[in-house]
Amino acid sequence: MPEHTFKLNGKRITVEAPDHVRLLWVLRDLLSVTGPKYGCGLAVCQACTSHINGKATNICAVPVGDLNPDDEVVTIEGLADTVGKDLHPMQEAWLEHDVAQCGYCQPGQIMAAVAHVRKSREEGVPLDDDYMDNIKNICRCGTYQRIREAIKDGAEGM
Amino acid sequence: MTSHRASPEPRQSEAPDSAQPSRRKILGYLIAAPTLAVGTRILGDVVAPATASAEGLPSNPWMADHYDFLDAMKDFTRHTANLIKVEIHDDGHVYHASPVSENGQGILTTLAMVIAEELDVPIEKVHVWCDDARVEHQYNQLTGGSTNLHVKTEPLKIACAIAREQMMTTAAQQWGVPREELTASDGVVNGKNGQRIEYGALSKLAAVDTDTPVTDPYLKPASEYKVIGKPQRRLDAYEAVTGTKVFTGDLQVKDALPTMVHRGPNIKASVISVENMDEVRNMSGVTDVGVIPSGVAVRAATFGQCIDAVRALKVKWKDGPVADESDDTVIQKLKAAVPPLPPRTAGAKTIEYDFINYFASNTPLETGIAVADVRKDGAEIWAPAKIPIIAMQDIALRTGLPQDKVTFHVMPGGGSFGRRLFHEHAMDAAEASYLFGKPVKLMWHRTDDFRHGRQHPPAVSRVRLTYSGDKVLSFSQHHTGVQNDLGHGLGEIASASMARQELGQYTVGAWFYAVTQSSHYEFGPSESTYHELEIPFWTTSMRHVYSPNVATARELAVDQLGHAMGLDPVDVRLKFLRPEFHGVVHKAAELGNWGRPLPDGVAQGIAINDEYKQRMAVLTEIDTRPETVNRKVKDPPYEGYVTGPRVTKIVLVLEGAHIYNPLGIKAQLMSGANDGIAIALTMSTHLKDGIPLEGSWDNSYYTRQWNTPHDMQIHLMPNTYEPDRNPGGAGEVAVGPAMASVACAYAQATGKVPTEFPIQHQKELPFHPHAIVPPIPQSPTEGLDWAY
Repeated sequence: MPEHTFKLNGKRITVEAPDHVRLLWVLRDLLSVTGPKYGCGLAVCQACTSHINGKATNICAVPVGDLNPDDEVVTIEGLADTVGKDLHPMQEAWLEHDVAQCGYCQPGQIMAAVAHVRKSREEGVPLDDDYMDNIKNICRCGTYQRIREAIKDGAEGM
Repeated sequence: MTSHRASPEPRQSEAPDSAQPSRRKILGYLIAAPTLAVGTRILGDVVAPATASAEGLPSNPWMADHYDFLDAMKDFTRHTANLIKVEIHDDGHVYHASPVSENGQGILTTLAMVIAEELDVPIEKVHVWCDDARVEHQYNQLTGGSTNLHVKTEPLKIACAIAREQMMTTAAQQWGVPREELTASDGVVNGKNGQRIEYGALSKLAAVDTDTPVTDPYLKPASEYKVIGKPQRRLDAYEAVTGTKVFTGDLQVKDALPTMVHRGPNIKASVISVENMDEVRNMSGVTDVGVIPSGVAVRAATFGQCIDAVRALKVKWKDGPVADESDDTVIQKLKAAVPPLPPRTAGAKTIEYDFINYFASNTPLETGIAVADVRKDGAEIWAPAKIPIIAMQDIALRTGLPQDKVTFHVMPGGGSFGRRLFHEHAMDAAEASYLFGKPVKLMWHRTDDFRHGRQHPPAVSRVRLTYSGDKVLSFSQHHTGVQNDLGHGLGEIASASMARQELGQYTVGAWFYAVTQSSHYEFGPSESTYHELEIPFWTTSMRHVYSPNVATARELAVDQLGHAMGLDPVDVRLKFLRPEFHGVVHKAAELGNWGRPLPDGVAQGIAINDEYKQRMAVLTEIDTRPETVNRKVKDPPYEGYVTGPRVTKIVLVLEGAHIYNPLGIKAQLMSGANDGIAIALTMSTHLKDGIPLEGSWDNSYYTRQWNTPHDMQIHLMPNTYEPDRNPGGAGEVAVGPAMASVACAYAQATGKVPTEFPIQHQKELPFHPHAIVPPIPQSPTEGLDWAY
């Protein structure tokens, strides 16, 4: 069985799995890291959104064999550590706006939100409602308006 | 102990000085337990008085005008309300195993508020979770119909009031002072001379050895509420935002390996044979393969390997009972089945429509999932379930185990929208575990959840208004749908058994319709009836059940009545609606700036609905100009991301008797609005040859960020404190009026009354359907290329 080594939430880990098994299942089923959720396995719903080398990635569409030893995978469980706090400003904003309903999509929403803030800054475009129209993450509870408010606030703390 | 019938009371506009239940006989129990435990019973009932008339000819009364589903559930649950129990432990924390299931609606947070309020304890010390399935709960263990706040509040308050009183009495005895000198606050009993004892320290002293009845405990008057009525954030929010909230799929049950099912090419197809069972059993990671009633189950080390194995299986199928059905055949049958409307009055003018509503999937974001460990001597199941008693009993029947040997843990659900009323996910897991003799974590693939999961059944709503001059003479609505399966019952086996009989379902369906539809308008002789056609699809009550389709048909017809009478949509409603609706209509019109000048192709619409003991008006502004309709979503992949008409503004106004958690109810209204937009404009499934073509979210279009309005206003009217409506249900209330309002705005913007919903449905398919064989698609591999 092939071995795969990469950094997961700040720690280097090694795991055995066939190359083609998607990272989502390696994390959830083999490593018990369950923050990233399954919602389609087709890179559509984006509930599994995590960061690989700082970029928001649908890990249901990443074969584990594609990872290199220096690749840094950050899931929702490791997000706060990236800023050295108990909670990332985006998580704080999420609490402040009481965004989550069932909560199932919310880890993916928060990881996507952080990436969208970074991306808008890199592109030099305002993080306004028009910009947020392009966020692909589904929230089947329909918390979209609170997500938008939380992203605007969370961005201020980033 | 006697029960008495309460006489109707006048409506009140101020917070009442005394809690309203006090006029009924209330009985609670101190329960024999090591620490303090309390249960309750409530006797008697309330019937609403008829309300005053508007300008139109009075309508005859409809059942739900006077007795609705919430009233029914309150009556059905009285005899087991004594099982609603709170416990105070010596750590000073309060524990309540609720028969209610939490699927995102926030009910457990609101119930914790009720406990914190009545018991005078900080909400941080209140712990509410979903109880295991317990047959003795009966109707009380149904989560559905937006009934639970209305039904559970009173027993909970009573239990808490008795507990508080017992602790104060105990403290008084300890200190040798009169009980009247003591007060309770923040989890502490305080004496006049500075004595102080925490609930935790009292919990053992206040416990009793035998169950002890307590009559008419003192309940706090609403005017003294400090917690109820204030915005309260969800108690599970921290877990949700840190990824630590444990859903069923996150459970770590030893040896419960990932398991998935290979399903057939059409709904309810059955396996004839598996051609390559051994080959698949030898695939990487696979431990077990076998046939269960819903298909071929595969257990493997990871779900990724389950997907590989499911796709590799070669299975021969016997077609299911609906293999010859497609959208057109179903709608044709429905149209033919609508019972004829009553004869028209000679000389009357008529507005008449058939509104068609297609299938729509209520699949939540968390697909069907359960962990099951079925052994010879007992079974343990973990799954989200809104009616867990029936799930547990069905599993007991199937496995041949006595029901007390089946433990069913109710897990928080990742959404429900009516899906978790049934338990195919739990049954699949039990079947697979039973067959393999091993624990399983069985999950439905997303594509299966759309294609083989339950759906909102299609319906034709025929509506007719007759009028002469400025008088409406009659109103009729014959709502005719594919059978909406109520075989889950109302929480216990008797109602489930009745609904499962051939003609029983028809009766139960007609009753359920009758207790959810009220008349709203003064349209003279009026009727609204429900008819079902039995075609054996997988169906269930999607959020707000019949009402989104029913309200949309009615409200579109009302707009046309206004058009015929020269009245705008607000004025026609004010002319014919009962007076109690005028407040929400005026408020929505004011907040939405009704009648403001708008360019061609952009328009406003307004709609109302009254259900779950809450009145609503929703105003929508929609943009149907080509440059908006044809807008693109940025960044790949592009396929399947529909845009279309855009709701640019939506104003939701709700009037309830008493809003317990404004923050929570606003969340539900926001959520309901996004549902209403979806089912009016974009979200449906296309049935072809007995199976939906849709297999994921890029095929079936729940509202996304690019289709949700930038401007959403949610307004809560002042509490009315109407005793018979207190408190109302929140989880579904906005969906119907939001859908209707969007449809009305669309009709105004385009000048054409839409008659098929969602609007998007009959357009060319904007996606390439996933293959039917193999039944599920493989995950893409380009994740790193698409990273941003």
